[in-house]
Amino acid sequence: MLIRTRRRSDPARSEITPKAIYQRRREFLRVGVGLGAGVALGGLGMSAPASAALRGFELDFEPGDFSTDESKTPYDEVTSYNNFFEMGPGKSDPKTYADQLKTDPWTVKVDGLCDNPGEYAVEDFISPWSLEERIYRMRCVEGWSMVIPWIGFELNRIIEKAEPRGDARYVAFESIYDPDNLRGQRRRPASSGGLQWPYTEGLRMDEAMHPLTILAVGLYDEVLPNQNGAPIRLVVPWKYGFKSIKSIQHIRFVEDEPPTLWNQAQPDEYGFYSNVNPDVDHPRWSQRTERRIGEFRRRRTEMFNGYGDEVASMYEGMDLTEYF
Amino acid sequence: MLLLSLVPAVWIGLRALGWFDGLGANPIEKLLELSGTHAMIALLIALAVTPLRQMTGLAWVTRLRRMLGLVAFGYVTAHALIWLGLDLFFDWELVLYDLTERPFVMVGFAAWVILLALAVTSTDGAQRRLRKKWVWLHRGVYVAGVLAILHFLWLARADYGEVAVYAAILAFLLGWRVVYSWISARRVRARRAATAS
Repeated sequence: MLIRTRRRSDPARSEITPKAIYQRRREFLRVGVGLGAGVALGGLGMSAPASAALRGFELDFEPGDFSTDESKTPYDEVTSYNNFFEMGPGKSDPKTYADQLKTDPWTVKVDGLCDNPGEYAVEDFISPWSLEERIYRMRCVEGWSMVIPWIGFELNRIIEKAEPRGDARYVAFESIYDPDNLRGQRRRPASSGGLQWPYTEGLRMDEAMHPLTILAVGLYDEVLPNQNGAPIRLVVPWKYGFKSIKSIQHIRFVEDEPPTLWNQAQPDEYGFYSNVNPDVDHPRWSQRTERRIGEFRRRRTEMFNGYGDEVASMYEGMDLTEYF
Repeated sequence: MLLLSLVPAVWIGLRALGWFDGLGANPIEKLLELSGTHAMIALLIALAVTPLRQMTGLAWVTRLRRMLGLVAFGYVTAHALIWLGLDLFFDWELVLYDLTERPFVMVGFAAWVILLALAVTSTDGAQRRLRKKWVWLHRGVYVAGVLAILHFLWLARADYGEVAVYAAILAFLLGWRVVYSWISARRVRARRAATAS
Protein backbone atom coordinates (compact mmCIF):
# COMPACT_ATOMS: atom_id res chain seq x y z
CA MET A 1 0.00 0.00 0.00
CA LEU A 2 1.10 3.50 -0.68
CA ILE A 3 1.66 5.88 2.18
CA ARG A 4 0.48 9.28 1.17
CA THR A 5 1.46 12.35 3.07
CA ARG A 6 0.14 15.75 2.25
CA ARG A 7 2.52 17.87 0.28
CA ARG A 8 3.20 21.41 1.30
CA SER A 9 1.49 22.72 -1.83
CA ASP A 10 -1.73 20.79 -1.18
CA PRO A 11 -4.41 22.84 0.49
CA ALA A 12 -5.37 21.89 4.01
CA ARG A 13 -8.43 19.67 4.05
CA SER A 14 -10.27 22.17 6.12
CA GLU A 15 -9.75 24.71 3.36
CA ILE A 16 -11.32 22.67 0.61
CA THR A 17 -14.18 20.95 2.40
CA PRO A 18 -17.16 22.82 3.78
CA LYS A 19 -17.11 22.47 7.53
CA ALA A 20 -20.43 20.65 7.84
CA ILE A 21 -19.31 17.94 5.48
CA TYR A 22 -15.86 17.92 7.02
CA GLN A 23 -17.41 17.16 10.38
CA ARG A 24 -19.61 14.43 8.96
CA ARG A 25 -16.61 12.71 7.52
CA ARG A 26 -16.61 10.06 10.20
CA GLU A 27 -20.02 8.94 9.05
CA PHE A 28 -18.66 8.54 5.57
CA LEU A 29 -15.73 6.64 6.95
CA ARG A 30 -18.04 4.35 8.87
CA VAL A 31 -19.96 3.58 5.70
CA GLY A 32 -16.63 3.33 3.96
CA VAL A 33 -15.40 0.60 6.23
CA GLY A 34 -18.48 -1.40 5.32
CA LEU A 35 -18.05 -0.94 1.59
CA GLY A 36 -14.30 -1.28 1.55
CA ALA A 37 -12.36 1.66 2.81
CA GLY A 38 -10.23 2.14 -0.26
CA VAL A 39 -13.23 2.61 -2.55
CA ALA A 40 -14.90 5.01 -0.16
CA LEU A 41 -11.83 7.14 0.30
CA GLY A 42 -11.11 7.19 -3.42
CA GLY A 43 -14.69 7.94 -4.28
CA LEU A 44 -14.87 10.89 -1.96
CA GLY A 45 -11.69 12.31 -3.38
CA MET A 46 -10.17 12.73 0.03
CA SER A 47 -6.53 12.21 0.73
CA ALA A 48 -6.03 8.95 2.56
CA PRO A 49 -5.01 9.01 6.19
CA ALA A 50 -1.26 9.01 6.36
CA SER A 51 -0.79 5.72 8.13
CA ALA A 52 -1.14 2.79 5.77
CA ALA A 53 -1.45 0.20 8.51
CA LEU A 54 -4.57 1.82 9.90
CA ARG A 55 -6.04 3.12 6.65
CA GLY A 56 -9.78 2.98 6.84
CA PHE A 57 -9.63 2.23 10.53
CA GLU A 58 -12.68 3.71 12.18
CA LEU A 59 -11.73 6.26 14.80
CA ASP A 60 -14.96 6.20 16.73
CA PHE A 61 -14.14 7.95 19.94
CA GLU A 62 -15.71 9.58 22.97
CA PRO A 63 -14.48 12.62 24.83
CA GLY A 64 -12.27 11.37 27.66
CA ASP A 65 -11.25 12.43 31.14
CA PHE A 66 -8.38 14.75 31.98
CA SER A 67 -8.76 16.89 28.85
CA THR A 68 -7.69 20.51 29.11
CA ASP A 69 -9.94 23.22 27.75
CA GLU A 70 -6.99 25.34 26.61
CA SER A 71 -7.07 26.22 22.94
CA LYS A 72 -5.72 23.46 20.75
CA THR A 73 -2.62 23.86 18.60
CA PRO A 74 -3.79 23.73 14.96
CA TYR A 75 -3.47 20.42 13.10
CA ASP A 76 -1.03 21.90 10.59
CA GLU A 77 1.38 22.93 13.31
CA VAL A 78 1.15 19.70 15.29
CA THR A 79 2.00 17.80 12.11
CA SER A 80 4.71 20.07 10.67
CA TYR A 81 6.84 20.99 13.70
CA ASN A 82 8.15 18.26 15.95
CA ASN A 83 11.07 15.98 16.69
CA PHE A 84 11.33 12.52 15.17
CA PHE A 85 15.08 11.99 14.90
CA GLU A 86 14.57 8.84 12.82
CA MET A 87 13.81 11.24 9.95
CA GLY A 88 16.50 13.81 10.81
CA PRO A 89 17.30 16.41 13.44
CA GLY A 90 15.31 19.34 11.98
CA LYS A 91 11.83 20.26 13.19
CA SER A 92 10.40 20.04 9.67
CA ASP A 93 12.22 16.81 8.81
CA PRO A 94 9.51 14.50 10.21
CA LYS A 95 6.89 15.89 7.84
CA THR A 96 9.27 16.15 4.89
CA TYR A 97 10.48 12.56 5.20
CA ALA A 98 7.31 11.02 6.65
CA ASP A 99 7.05 8.48 3.84
CA GLN A 100 10.32 6.86 4.97
CA LEU A 101 8.39 5.28 7.83
CA LYS A 102 6.86 2.04 6.55
CA THR A 103 3.91 1.09 8.74
CA ASP A 104 2.31 -1.70 6.76
CA PRO A 105 2.41 -4.37 8.01
CA TRP A 106 2.94 -3.47 11.66
CA THR A 107 3.01 -5.79 14.61
CA VAL A 108 3.22 -5.02 18.28
CA LYS A 109 4.88 -7.54 20.54
CA VAL A 110 4.15 -7.70 24.27
CA ASP A 111 6.44 -9.91 26.32
CA GLY A 112 8.95 -10.06 29.15
CA LEU A 113 7.91 -10.79 32.74
CA CYS A 114 4.23 -11.53 32.12
CA ASP A 115 1.89 -14.50 31.95
CA ASN A 116 0.03 -13.53 28.81
CA PRO A 117 2.52 -12.34 26.20
CA GLY A 118 1.47 -11.91 22.60
CA GLU A 119 2.25 -10.60 19.18
CA TYR A 120 -0.51 -8.71 17.41
CA ALA A 121 -1.19 -7.05 14.10
CA VAL A 122 -1.66 -3.44 15.09
CA GLU A 123 -5.33 -3.46 14.04
CA ASP A 124 -6.01 -6.37 16.41
CA PHE A 125 -3.94 -4.74 19.11
CA ILE A 126 -6.19 -1.68 19.04
CA SER A 127 -9.63 -3.02 18.21
CA PRO A 128 -10.61 -4.48 21.63
CA TRP A 129 -10.50 -1.04 23.25
CA SER A 130 -12.88 1.86 23.01
CA LEU A 131 -11.10 5.03 21.97
CA GLU A 132 -11.17 8.30 23.84
CA GLU A 133 -10.13 11.82 23.02
CA ARG A 134 -7.53 13.24 25.43
CA ILE A 135 -6.58 16.87 24.96
CA TYR A 136 -3.20 17.14 26.63
CA ARG A 137 -0.51 19.73 27.01
CA MET A 138 2.76 18.60 25.47
CA ARG A 139 5.98 20.19 26.73
CA CYS A 140 9.16 19.57 24.76
CA VAL A 141 12.48 19.47 26.61
CA GLU A 142 13.65 22.17 24.19
CA GLY A 143 11.31 24.78 25.65
CA TRP A 144 8.22 24.80 23.42
CA SER A 145 4.78 23.37 24.02
CA MET A 146 1.51 22.50 22.30
CA VAL A 147 -2.03 21.42 23.19
CA ILE A 148 -2.84 18.27 21.27
CA PRO A 149 -6.11 16.30 20.98
CA TRP A 150 -4.94 12.69 20.98
CA ILE A 151 -7.20 9.72 20.37
CA GLY A 152 -6.25 6.55 22.15
CA PHE A 153 -6.75 4.33 25.16
CA GLU A 154 -5.09 3.89 28.52
CA LEU A 155 -1.90 1.85 28.54
CA ASN A 156 -3.07 0.09 31.71
CA ARG A 157 -5.54 -1.97 29.60
CA ILE A 158 -2.66 -3.52 27.71
CA ILE A 159 -0.75 -4.11 30.92
CA GLU A 160 -3.68 -5.78 32.64
CA LYS A 161 -4.31 -7.99 29.66
CA ALA A 162 -0.66 -9.09 29.62
CA GLU A 163 -0.80 -10.08 33.30
CA PRO A 164 2.65 -8.92 34.42
CA ARG A 165 4.30 -10.90 37.18
CA GLY A 166 5.21 -9.50 40.57
CA ASP A 167 8.83 -8.91 39.65
CA ALA A 168 7.91 -6.71 36.66
CA ARG A 169 8.74 -3.25 38.00
CA TYR A 170 9.28 -1.37 34.76
CA VAL A 171 7.83 -1.28 31.26
CA ALA A 172 10.27 -0.92 28.36
CA PHE A 173 9.26 0.31 24.89
CA GLU A 174 11.03 -0.05 21.59
CA SER A 175 10.36 1.62 18.26
CA ILE A 176 11.14 0.65 14.67
CA TYR A 177 14.69 -0.07 13.44
CA ASP A 178 14.84 0.41 9.69
CA PRO A 179 18.02 2.23 8.63
CA ASP A 180 17.45 1.23 4.99
CA ASN A 181 14.50 3.59 4.89
CA LEU A 182 14.92 5.96 7.84
CA ARG A 183 17.61 8.50 7.02
CA GLY A 184 18.03 9.57 10.64
CA GLN A 185 19.12 6.05 11.62
CA ARG A 186 21.91 6.20 9.03
CA ARG A 187 23.57 9.34 10.42
CA ARG A 188 27.12 8.94 11.67
CA PRO A 189 27.39 8.75 15.47
CA ALA A 190 29.75 11.76 15.47
CA SER A 191 27.19 14.08 13.91
CA SER A 192 24.18 12.69 15.77
CA GLY A 193 25.77 12.75 19.22
CA GLY A 194 25.81 8.95 19.53
CA LEU A 195 22.09 8.15 19.38
CA GLN A 196 21.68 4.36 19.60
CA TRP A 197 18.84 3.05 17.48
CA PRO A 198 16.19 1.84 17.80
CA TYR A 199 14.54 4.48 19.98
CA THR A 200 13.90 3.05 23.43
CA GLU A 201 11.95 4.41 26.36
CA GLY A 202 10.72 3.21 29.71
CA LEU A 203 8.33 3.88 32.57
CA ARG A 204 8.10 2.69 36.13
CA MET A 205 5.10 0.34 36.55
CA ASP A 206 3.03 2.88 38.50
CA GLU A 207 3.66 5.52 35.83
CA ALA A 208 2.69 3.08 33.10
CA MET A 209 -0.49 2.11 34.97
CA HIS A 210 -1.50 5.74 35.56
CA PRO A 211 -4.77 6.68 33.83
CA LEU A 212 -3.12 9.74 32.24
CA THR A 213 -0.73 7.49 30.33
CA ILE A 214 -2.20 6.54 26.98
CA LEU A 215 -1.35 4.78 23.76
CA ALA A 216 -2.46 7.14 20.99
CA VAL A 217 -3.53 6.06 17.53
CA GLY A 218 -5.08 9.32 16.36
CA LEU A 219 -4.68 13.05 16.30
CA TYR A 220 -7.65 15.40 15.96
CA ASP A 221 -10.11 13.02 14.30
CA GLU A 222 -7.65 11.19 12.08
CA VAL A 223 -5.33 8.25 12.46
CA LEU A 224 -1.82 9.39 13.39
CA PRO A 225 0.15 10.76 10.48
CA ASN A 226 3.56 9.11 10.12
CA GLN A 227 5.47 12.13 11.41
CA ASN A 228 3.61 12.00 14.72
CA GLY A 229 4.42 8.36 15.40
CA ALA A 230 2.08 6.17 13.36
CA PRO A 231 0.56 3.76 13.85
CA ILE A 232 0.70 3.75 17.67
CA ARG A 233 2.64 5.82 20.19
CA LEU A 234 2.90 6.55 23.86
CA VAL A 235 1.68 9.84 25.39
CA VAL A 236 2.80 10.70 28.94
CA PRO A 237 1.71 14.32 29.39
CA TRP A 238 3.56 15.15 32.62
CA LYS A 239 6.94 14.22 31.18
CA TYR A 240 9.03 15.94 28.50
CA GLY A 241 7.89 15.01 25.01
CA PHE A 242 10.78 12.68 24.22
CA LYS A 243 9.48 10.17 26.81
CA SER A 244 6.39 9.68 24.62
CA ILE A 245 8.00 7.18 22.26
CA LYS A 246 6.57 7.00 18.74
CA SER A 247 5.83 4.07 16.40
CA ILE A 248 5.96 1.36 19.06
CA GLN A 249 6.70 -2.24 18.07
CA HIS A 250 7.67 -3.85 21.32
CA ILE A 251 6.43 -3.54 24.91
CA ARG A 252 8.38 -5.49 27.50
CA PHE A 253 8.01 -6.00 31.25
CA VAL A 254 11.33 -5.91 33.06
CA GLU A 255 12.69 -5.95 36.58
CA ASP A 256 15.34 -3.21 36.34
CA GLU A 257 15.18 0.32 35.01
CA PRO A 258 15.54 -0.16 31.23
CA PRO A 259 18.05 1.80 29.13
CA THR A 260 16.49 4.67 27.17
CA LEU A 261 17.83 6.39 24.07
CA TRP A 262 18.36 9.96 25.26
CA ASN A 263 19.55 8.90 28.69
CA GLN A 264 22.17 6.66 27.11
CA ALA A 265 23.34 9.37 24.73
CA GLN A 266 23.61 12.14 27.35
CA PRO A 267 22.94 10.83 30.87
CA ASP A 268 23.65 14.18 32.56
CA GLU A 269 21.12 15.97 30.35
CA TYR A 270 18.22 13.54 30.01
CA GLY A 271 17.20 11.57 33.06
CA PHE A 272 15.12 8.39 33.15
CA TYR A 273 12.21 10.21 34.79
CA SER A 274 12.32 13.49 32.84
CA ASN A 275 9.25 14.86 34.56
CA VAL A 276 8.49 18.41 33.46
CA ASN A 277 10.10 20.49 36.19
CA PRO A 278 10.74 24.25 35.98
CA ASP A 279 13.12 24.08 38.96
CA VAL A 280 15.53 21.60 37.44
CA ASP A 281 17.24 23.08 34.41
CA HIS A 282 18.62 21.23 31.47
CA PRO A 283 22.40 21.65 31.97
CA ARG A 284 22.57 23.89 28.91
CA TRP A 285 19.30 25.82 28.98
CA SER A 286 16.57 26.92 31.35
CA GLN A 287 13.35 24.98 31.85
CA ARG A 288 11.59 27.82 33.68
CA THR A 289 9.64 29.04 30.68
CA GLU A 290 8.26 27.68 27.43
CA ARG A 291 6.86 29.06 24.23
CA ARG A 292 3.40 27.73 23.48
CA ILE A 293 3.32 27.33 19.71
CA GLY A 294 1.21 30.18 18.31
CA GLU A 295 1.90 32.52 21.23
CA PHE A 296 4.32 35.43 21.28
CA ARG A 297 5.34 35.73 24.93
CA ARG A 298 6.96 32.85 26.72
CA ARG A 299 4.92 31.41 29.58
CA ARG A 300 6.00 29.93 32.89
CA THR A 301 6.44 26.17 32.84
CA GLU A 302 4.33 24.33 35.41
CA MET A 303 5.53 21.53 37.66
CA PHE A 304 4.61 18.15 36.10
CA ASN A 305 3.34 20.19 33.14
CA GLY A 306 0.30 21.13 35.21
CA TYR A 307 -0.64 17.51 36.05
CA GLY A 308 0.73 17.64 39.61
CA ASP A 309 -2.63 16.93 41.26
CA GLU A 310 -2.79 13.63 39.42
CA VAL A 311 0.83 12.49 39.49
CA ALA A 312 2.84 14.23 42.23
CA SER A 313 2.04 11.53 44.81
CA MET A 314 3.98 8.97 42.78
CA TYR A 315 7.17 10.87 43.46
CA GLU A 316 6.68 11.65 47.14
CA GLY A 317 9.92 11.42 49.07
CA MET A 318 12.03 11.36 45.91
CA ASP A 319 14.69 14.02 45.35
CA LEU A 320 13.63 15.24 41.92
CA THR A 321 16.95 17.04 41.44
CA GLU A 322 18.73 13.72 41.69
CA TYR A 323 16.05 11.73 39.85
CA PHE A 324 15.51 14.34 37.15
CA MET B 1 29.30 43.98 -2.25
CA LEU B 2 27.40 45.67 0.54
CA LEU B 3 24.15 44.98 -1.32
CA LEU B 4 25.17 41.35 -1.80
CA SER B 5 25.84 40.96 1.91
CA LEU B 6 22.36 42.22 2.69
CA VAL B 7 20.65 39.55 0.54
CA PRO B 8 20.30 37.08 3.46
CA ALA B 9 18.82 39.82 5.65
CA VAL B 10 16.24 40.66 2.99
CA TRP B 11 15.49 36.98 2.51
CA ILE B 12 14.94 36.49 6.25
CA GLY B 13 12.76 39.61 6.27
CA LEU B 14 10.61 38.31 3.43
CA ARG B 15 10.20 34.97 5.17
CA ALA B 16 9.10 36.85 8.28
CA LEU B 17 6.42 38.44 6.11
CA GLY B 18 5.23 35.00 5.05
CA TRP B 19 7.08 34.55 1.74
CA PHE B 20 9.11 31.45 0.83
CA ASP B 21 7.09 29.20 3.17
CA GLY B 22 7.27 31.69 6.05
CA LEU B 23 8.91 30.76 9.32
CA GLY B 24 6.90 27.71 10.35
CA ALA B 25 5.18 26.90 13.61
CA ASN B 26 7.78 28.52 15.86
CA PRO B 27 8.70 31.74 14.02
CA ILE B 28 10.81 33.29 16.76
CA GLU B 29 12.97 30.20 17.09
CA LYS B 30 13.28 30.13 13.30
CA LEU B 31 14.36 33.79 13.24
CA LEU B 32 16.99 33.07 15.89
CA GLU B 33 18.23 30.10 13.89
CA LEU B 34 18.41 31.96 10.56
CA SER B 35 19.99 35.13 11.97
CA GLY B 36 22.48 33.04 13.95
CA THR B 37 23.50 30.97 10.93
CA HIS B 38 24.03 34.06 8.81
CA ALA B 39 25.94 35.82 11.60
CA MET B 40 28.27 32.81 11.74
CA ILE B 41 28.74 32.79 7.96
CA ALA B 42 29.32 36.56 7.81
CA LEU B 43 31.93 36.30 10.56
CA LEU B 44 33.75 33.51 8.71
CA ILE B 45 33.68 35.55 5.47
CA ALA B 46 35.17 38.56 7.26
CA LEU B 47 37.83 36.30 8.79
CA ALA B 48 38.68 34.88 5.36
CA VAL B 49 39.73 38.25 3.88
CA THR B 50 43.31 38.36 5.15
CA PRO B 51 44.17 34.72 4.37
CA LEU B 52 42.66 35.22 0.92
CA ARG B 53 44.96 38.18 0.28
CA GLN B 54 47.95 36.26 1.54
CA MET B 55 47.14 33.26 -0.62
CA THR B 56 46.29 35.09 -3.81
CA GLY B 57 48.14 38.37 -3.46
CA LEU B 58 44.94 40.25 -4.37
CA ALA B 59 45.42 43.51 -2.50
CA TRP B 60 41.95 44.92 -3.25
CA VAL B 61 40.16 42.37 -1.03
CA THR B 62 41.67 44.09 2.00
CA ARG B 63 39.61 47.16 1.20
CA LEU B 64 36.48 45.06 1.80
CA ARG B 65 37.62 43.91 5.20
CA ARG B 66 36.12 46.71 7.29
CA MET B 67 32.81 46.58 5.49
CA LEU B 68 32.57 42.78 5.84
CA GLY B 69 33.49 43.02 9.51
CA LEU B 70 30.74 45.56 10.10
CA VAL B 71 28.25 43.39 8.20
CA ALA B 72 29.14 40.48 10.49
CA PHE B 73 28.66 42.74 13.50
CA GLY B 74 25.27 43.75 12.07
CA TYR B 75 24.08 40.16 11.75
CA VAL B 76 25.30 39.27 15.24
CA THR B 77 23.56 42.36 16.64
CA ALA B 78 20.30 41.51 14.84
CA HIS B 79 20.55 37.96 16.23
CA ALA B 80 21.09 39.33 19.76
CA LEU B 81 18.17 41.76 19.41
CA ILE B 82 15.83 38.99 18.26
CA TRP B 83 16.82 37.03 21.36
CA LEU B 84 16.36 40.02 23.65
CA GLY B 85 13.29 41.62 22.12
CA LEU B 86 11.33 38.72 20.62
CA ASP B 87 12.42 35.55 22.39
CA LEU B 88 12.61 36.95 25.92
CA PHE B 89 10.55 40.09 25.24
CA PHE B 90 12.80 42.26 27.45
CA ASP B 91 12.01 40.11 30.48
CA TRP B 92 15.11 41.30 32.34
CA GLU B 93 14.86 38.61 34.96
CA LEU B 94 15.12 35.95 32.27
CA VAL B 95 17.84 37.91 30.45
CA LEU B 96 19.93 38.12 33.60
CA TYR B 97 19.32 34.46 34.32
CA ASP B 98 20.42 33.44 30.82
CA LEU B 99 23.49 35.66 30.99
CA THR B 100 24.64 34.31 34.33
CA GLU B 101 23.53 30.69 34.21
CA ARG B 102 23.63 29.56 30.60
CA PRO B 103 27.15 29.06 29.25
CA PHE B 104 26.05 29.14 25.60
CA VAL B 105 24.36 32.51 26.11
CA MET B 106 27.39 33.80 28.01
CA VAL B 107 29.87 32.97 25.28
CA GLY B 108 27.51 34.34 22.61
CA PHE B 109 27.16 37.57 24.52
CA ALA B 110 30.93 37.79 25.03
CA ALA B 111 31.44 37.39 21.27
CA TRP B 112 29.02 40.23 20.65
CA VAL B 113 30.81 42.51 23.17
CA ILE B 114 34.14 41.86 21.43
CA LEU B 115 32.62 42.62 18.02
CA LEU B 116 31.04 45.77 19.44
CA ALA B 117 34.47 46.99 20.59
CA LEU B 118 35.90 46.23 17.15
CA ALA B 119 33.04 47.99 15.37
CA VAL B 120 33.44 51.11 17.53
CA THR B 121 37.19 51.23 16.83
CA SER B 122 36.85 50.47 13.13
CA THR B 123 37.22 54.08 11.96
CA ASP B 124 40.39 55.48 10.40
CA GLY B 125 40.70 57.87 13.33
CA ALA B 126 40.59 55.10 15.92
CA GLN B 127 43.07 53.11 13.91
CA ARG B 128 45.51 56.07 13.92
CA ARG B 129 45.04 56.83 17.59
CA LEU B 130 45.42 53.25 18.81
CA ARG B 131 48.30 52.31 16.48
CA LYS B 132 49.86 49.05 17.74
CA LYS B 133 47.08 48.63 20.26
CA TRP B 134 44.57 48.58 17.39
CA VAL B 135 46.27 45.56 15.81
CA TRP B 136 46.31 43.82 19.16
CA LEU B 137 42.67 44.70 19.86
CA HIS B 138 41.44 43.57 16.48
CA ARG B 139 43.01 40.16 16.91
CA GLY B 140 40.06 39.76 19.25
CA VAL B 141 38.05 38.76 16.21
CA TYR B 142 39.65 35.30 16.43
CA VAL B 143 38.43 35.00 20.00
CA ALA B 144 34.95 36.05 18.85
CA GLY B 145 35.08 33.36 16.15
CA VAL B 146 35.97 30.63 18.66
CA LEU B 147 33.27 31.83 21.08
CA ALA B 148 30.70 31.79 18.27
CA ILE B 149 31.56 28.16 17.53
CA LEU B 150 31.21 27.27 21.22
CA HIS B 151 27.86 29.11 21.31
CA PHE B 152 26.61 27.03 18.38
CA LEU B 153 28.04 23.77 19.72
CA TRP B 154 26.58 24.13 23.22
CA LEU B 155 23.04 24.65 22.04
CA ALA B 156 23.02 21.80 19.53
CA ARG B 157 20.92 18.74 20.33
CA ALA B 158 22.21 15.56 18.72
CA ASP B 159 23.07 17.50 15.58
CA TYR B 160 26.70 18.42 15.18
CA GLY B 161 27.11 18.23 11.39
CA GLU B 162 26.59 21.92 10.61
CA VAL B 163 28.64 23.31 13.48
CA ALA B 164 31.46 20.88 12.58
CA VAL B 165 31.65 22.46 9.11
CA TYR B 166 31.94 25.98 10.56
CA ALA B 167 34.50 24.82 13.11
CA ALA B 168 36.60 23.22 10.36
CA ILE B 169 36.53 26.45 8.30
CA LEU B 170 37.49 28.52 11.33
CA ALA B 171 40.28 26.10 12.24
CA PHE B 172 41.62 26.33 8.69
CA LEU B 173 41.51 30.15 8.69
CA LEU B 174 43.23 30.40 12.08
CA GLY B 175 45.73 27.65 11.23
CA TRP B 176 46.60 29.44 8.03
CA ARG B 177 47.48 32.61 9.93
CA VAL B 178 49.73 30.75 12.34
CA VAL B 179 51.55 28.98 9.52
CA TYR B 180 51.80 32.16 7.44
CA SER B 181 53.21 34.30 10.24
CA TRP B 182 55.72 31.57 11.04
CA ILE B 183 56.83 31.37 7.39
CA SER B 184 57.13 35.14 7.01
CA ALA B 185 59.02 35.41 10.28
CA ARG B 186 61.51 32.85 8.98
CA ARG B 187 61.84 34.77 5.73
CA VAL B 188 62.59 37.97 7.60
CA ARG B 189 65.20 36.19 9.72
CA ALA B 190 66.79 34.68 6.62
CA ARG B 191 66.93 38.11 4.96
CA ARG B 192 68.50 39.63 8.05
CA ALA B 193 71.07 36.86 8.16
CA ALA B 194 71.85 37.42 4.48
CA THR B 195 72.40 41.17 4.89
CA ALA B 196 74.51 40.66 8.03
CA SER B 197 77.02 38.40 6.34
